[in-house]
Amino acid sequence: MRRAVSALVRKDLRVELRTGEAVPAMLLFSISTFVLFHFALDRRSVDGQLAAGVLWVTLLFAAVLAMGRLFVAEREQGGFDGFLMAPVDRTALLVAKAAVLLCFLVAVELAAVPAFAILLLGPSPWAVLPQLCAVLALADVGVAVVGTLVGALGIQTRTRELIVPILALPLMIPVAIAAARATAPLLVEAGAGGLPGRWLAVLALYDLVFGLLAYAVFDYLLDD
Amino acid sequence: MFARGLRPLSAVTVALLVGAFALVFFYAPNDADQGFIQKIFYLHVPLAIVALCGFLAGGWFGVRYLRTRDRAHDLRAYVAIHLSLILAVAALVTGSIWAKAAWGHWWVWDEPTLVSFLIVFLLYACYQPLRFSIEDPERQARTASVFAIVAGAFVPLNFTAVRLAESFSHPRVLSATGGSMPGDMRITFLVALAAMACLFMTLWKYELTSKQASMQLRALKRRLAADDDPWVPARRSAAPQQL
Amino acid sequence: MPALPLDDAGPYVAAAYLVFLALVLIYVAIMAGKLARLQRELGELTELAERRDRARHEAADGEPVSP
Repeated sequence: MRRAVSALVRKDLRVELRTGEAVPAMLLFSISTFVLFHFALDRRSVDGQLAAGVLWVTLLFAAVLAMGRLFVAEREQGGFDGFLMAPVDRTALLVAKAAVLLCFLVAVELAAVPAFAILLLGPSPWAVLPQLCAVLALADVGVAVVGTLVGALGIQTRTRELIVPILALPLMIPVAIAAARATAPLLVEAGAGGLPGRWLAVLALYDLVFGLLAYAVFDYLLDD
Repeated sequence: MFARGLRPLSAVTVALLVGAFALVFFYAPNDADQGFIQKIFYLHVPLAIVALCGFLAGGWFGVRYLRTRDRAHDLRAYVAIHLSLILAVAALVTGSIWAKAAWGHWWVWDEPTLVSFLIVFLLYACYQPLRFSIEDPERQARTASVFAIVAGAFVPLNFTAVRLAESFSHPRVLSATGGSMPGDMRITFLVALAAMACLFMTLWKYELTSKQASMQLRALKRRLAADDDPWVPARRSAAPQQL
Repeated sequence: MPALPLDDAGPYVAAAYLVFLALVLIYVAIMAGKLARLQRELGELTELAERRDRARHEAADGEPVSP
């Protein structure tokens, strides 16, 4: 199964590197959203809970963009049939797609978080970078798993672009809550507080529950 | 198939509902803090609890469908979620009225169960659009079942997360009483809960029977249609069309 | 929270219970509409069945009587 997963991941990453469809769009979207927030909130800089909220809402919406695209190539070019005929465990597709989405998210965050720090964030996040990365990592795993599930659900429908956002947003609210509450003390103006462990635990629980759930249920989405 | 026991069930529902409302207005004492407003509690909380159980039942029938591929389970899941959505609207509206009466605002973010409920409602409101956008009936049933399972698992996770988020900033505002419930209030609440549960079961069986009758009618129509009758294509529908 | 006196609280409680009643009755009305449609289609089917029976009888009657 590991070889199947790595083959699928390499294929998708190579496609993305050559065509550059998802990640640049997500990045542009994130930066435009930061600009939008500047005007909508009429603030030169944000800090604390407001900064955490702006950052996480933007990242989650950017993730929703990628979710819709995740299975499109498989659907339109017969990738599903090819995969189903191969003698591999079907959950390899789940793991591979979740890993790909995770890579996209990390790539976007590598540019979007510095952009956020430059454009909107008041205090410098440099000192709290390890903690920030911990929150980002845990939240990204959750978003990647849920995103793969929602993408797989949406690809069955005719109105994929509409169904994916309305399905994904309520499902990601716990991530938004936990990630924003965890990030808020890190971005405080007067000096960063500690990382609240409780919210990291919630994120880890969310990742675990949805990981197991996706693993149990994904097969049924592939029968054709 | 679905109408078995419907008549006695509906009789029990009527008795319980009338009994519950009678208890609410003639037996249960007025709350010390909230006064007469607290009577909404006997309506709002049973609605919310039964709606949540209905959503979880939808997930359960989703599992049954995926295991057995028996479309009757998919129909049961569809009707359960459909009815729970209606009950959820009722719960949200009554909760909002309660918030306005007790707190002066039509919505309070401080009440974690109400907020969780809103999120769960937003999620399940996607169920019918999702089903409607898939034409192939088998794929529709399968995808809907997966959704029902994921959403059902999400419900407790969501409630935990929201309760954690709110509990550190604000105390509960719409709790039943200051402390524990006195005996007569508890009896009234339990009867109201039983009444709401029976109402849900009655409406559930009712709608299942109605849908099954429509299906049988359609099948009959197809059988009786002569060759020269114009062919009417089946309409797209969110509900299962065939057992 | 101050307890609202009966005059002020009454309308809110009544509104909540009325919302519940309205939703149940709307549901009943929609189901009634579906029942009416079922009835109508059953009528059409019965007519279709009768037409078929008549056609079958005519086909049987119309057979030429062998001399």
